[in-house]
Amino acid sequence: MSDTINITLKVWRQKGADDKGHFETIPVKDVETHMSFLEMLDTVNEQLALEGKDIIAFDNDCREGICGMCGCLVNGIAHGPLKAMTLCQLHMRKFSDGDTIAVEPWRAKAFKVVKDLVVDRSPLDKIIQAGGYISANTGGAPDANSLPIPMEVAEKAMDAAACIGCGACVAACPNASAMLFTSAKVSQLALLPQGRPEAAKRAINMIRTHDACGFGNCTNERECEAVCPKEIKITNIARLNREFIKASIGSDVM
Amino acid sequence: MQLESKVPSGPLTEKWSKYRGEQKLVNPANKRKFTLICVGSGLAGAAASASLGELGYNVKCFCIQDSPRRAHSIAAQGGINAAKNYPNDGDSIWRLFYDTIKGGDFRSREADSYRLAEVSAAIIDQGVAQGIPFARDYGGLLANRSFGGAQVSRTFYARGQTGQQLLLGAYSSLSRQIATGKVQMYNRREMMELVMVNGKAKGIIVRNLITGEYESHAGDAVLLCTGGYGNVFYLSTNAESCNCGAAVKAWRKGALFANPCFTQIHPTCIPNSGDYQSKLTLMSESLRNDGRVWVPRKKGDKRAPNEIPESERWYYLEEKYPSFGNLVPRDVASRNAKQVCDAGHGVGPTGYAVYLDFADAIKRDGRDVVERKYGNLFDMYLNIVDDNPYETPMMMYPASHYTMGGLWVDYELQSNIPGLFVLGEANFSVHGANRLGASALMQGLADGYFVIPYTVAPYLASIYGEAGQVKEDNPAFKEATQQVDDGFKKLMSINGNRTPDSIHRELGKVMVDKVGMARNEAGLKEAIDKIRALRDEFWKNLKVPGILDDFNKNVEKAHRLADYLELAECMALDALTRQESCGCHLREESQSPEGEALRKDDQFAHVSAWEYTGFNKEPKLHKEPLVFENVELTQRSYK
Repeated sequence: MSDTINITLKVWRQKGADDKGHFETIPVKDVETHMSFLEMLDTVNEQLALEGKDIIAFDNDCREGICGMCGCLVNGIAHGPLKAMTLCQLHMRKFSDGDTIAVEPWRAKAFKVVKDLVVDRSPLDKIIQAGGYISANTGGAPDANSLPIPMEVAEKAMDAAACIGCGACVAACPNASAMLFTSAKVSQLALLPQGRPEAAKRAINMIRTHDACGFGNCTNERECEAVCPKEIKITNIARLNREFIKASIGSDVM
Repeated sequence: MQLESKVPSGPLTEKWSKYRGEQKLVNPANKRKFTLICVGSGLAGAAASASLGELGYNVKCFCIQDSPRRAHSIAAQGGINAAKNYPNDGDSIWRLFYDTIKGGDFRSREADSYRLAEVSAAIIDQGVAQGIPFARDYGGLLANRSFGGAQVSRTFYARGQTGQQLLLGAYSSLSRQIATGKVQMYNRREMMELVMVNGKAKGIIVRNLITGEYESHAGDAVLLCTGGYGNVFYLSTNAESCNCGAAVKAWRKGALFANPCFTQIHPTCIPNSGDYQSKLTLMSESLRNDGRVWVPRKKGDKRAPNEIPESERWYYLEEKYPSFGNLVPRDVASRNAKQVCDAGHGVGPTGYAVYLDFADAIKRDGRDVVERKYGNLFDMYLNIVDDNPYETPMMMYPASHYTMGGLWVDYELQSNIPGLFVLGEANFSVHGANRLGASALMQGLADGYFVIPYTVAPYLASIYGEAGQVKEDNPAFKEATQQVDDGFKKLMSINGNRTPDSIHRELGKVMVDKVGMARNEAGLKEAIDKIRALRDEFWKNLKVPGILDDFNKNVEKAHRLADYLELAECMALDALTRQESCGCHLREESQSPEGEALRKDDQFAHVSAWEYTGFNKEPKLHKEPLVFENVELTQRSYK
């Protein structure tokens, strides 16, 4: 059932943020094509471990495409060659015998390399902390059906809410901007009536924090949209811009 | 040891309001004097941290991933139950309670399960207030669906990502508290030890997973919200980092571990395809609504499924259970799949898979209809297995999915260690021997948002004079850190030639085979011997490459495996002593004349709570009798 292929990995190895880092070439033989990409890395690591060598550090957790923890550049593309998929859902059957595969961490000023393929994405948390919420303390919420929301609006909000915070958009952007990520949360909450009271403050504070974290600006390259595993659309960035302009002109939160 | 459940007196329906009316409160000005430690940031942990921060407590929250948003609650797909009765189809708090306790095969406390049903509606209100985009009808009101065979539509959902949306809702509230400074968040930390002072939980030691450093954190109470132990089976639907470490550390310190043999095996997962397999992906159970389960009648039949004529196909569920057919409950479906594979009828590369065939559904309803219902699942299957389910039957096999057992807690979610509270999947309290579909999310959030903010107060009020007294310079922290470090150095010094994964994989096979869905005395005894042998192998022949003071996944895996190797034996022992079939599990010696699961209420209507007695020593069993005053205990029948 399963075929095997031989590949050559060129993996980024970097001991920590202060290390310069380099590519290491690792030939990998007899890779079963039914393996996922991460399972291929597991088997390489198992071999390295038995040889007493330092294993390749990479982030991953759920391995079903929803937690947002995994992600590397595979041959320069965030999450690899498949559209709308996280790295953990990529399988080795998408590669051919004899392929050389370059694997690198997300490259962005705001994401420091922790080790090898692992980066620090905590700036994304900081953006959410700056306003990616509705201030509703536990308890005392009105009945859930007291606020009807048109289905199309709820669906649009859900489209934006599907973001998994993996950071691929940042890695793919020539400016290393996290605008797609930021706009997804701003959009979700701005679309819903519950989110309107804080919409202006939210847009401004999240953008300010985004910039302060060292993310670049959006210049409509659309690279983010192309690699997003959850197909978050850049129309969200347009919505963010509208929210930001509205907030800047028409409100007193500036 | 006397297990005091602390269930309030009075009628079932009034217990929780009576409790809330009479419990001691902590004065708002005093709340800021207390520091609460919350381990875990999933639904229970994030909800608790946010809610307690809002109340004015100082909270320190710890998560194992790089962000609290990644906890494994995120992976739940189907939905969340709530007794809202929006569809007007006869649901009520009582019915949700009854379904929960009956679904759990009468092995949970009435009062705890009732409270869960009682607070369920408020979870939906809270979620909507947070901006969770639940599915809606054209009129703009919330949509509901029936789930897991329930007769009422009480399940709320957000596409197939309900867990994700609920977790992100809790994460957003948590983020808001982090911004105010009421919650301090510690990412990439794993709890290594529970620190006790004068018999009370007063802090934890964590390992920084980037640097390997140990850190001490003192607090006035410790909340474990660390999920279940499903990864003991090695292959499961759980995430890579899900582990039982925090619970086992508490167990070793004296907290009782309740009903460890109650684990849930999900029938429809994509099967294992080789030894490299790292996890099993769950496919929605809804597939069984239209798919027909079969295996070849002839043992070891290697023909492609389409070459096997109808007369040689064994639709074993339809034959054995004519009235429920392919829709028998999870445990029955799972158990039968294993039985036919054990008997040699299994298919696929490993012989451990059964077919789930949509050919009839496609013929009957057309490909369009099937695609509309299951298109995304079929795509997912195609991507993983590289086989087109529209043309060849899917292959499915059961996998470990959820654990109902967990640390023993009383009505206040407090373990038998004062100051140690346990929330969500990590405790044992509400699901009994089996959990209903769409109830895991409900419990995590109920515990975090609506139970713990009330039930932690009486304990804190009782230790008011001690608030903030124990600090990180207390000798107990130094001592605990030393012990943790000694433990790690010991692991690193074994220097054998087996990686943690290779031993864990072997443990998983023993657990799936002997301590899984169907068990018998001989098999369980054999499992205990094998687990002990594997533990010996681990401590003699483990290899952990790399160094301790580093980001080193092998160190993490080795450490977690040491915990699994101890808990696994307790699971087998628990299964051995529970000589009845119940919930998810068939005890082969306890069957009706028709071969159905037979519960023995006269002997086993109790919680089995295990006390740790030392390394390589048999844990000691304590029993909390379960008293049923409101429901009649009935036996299930699916014939």
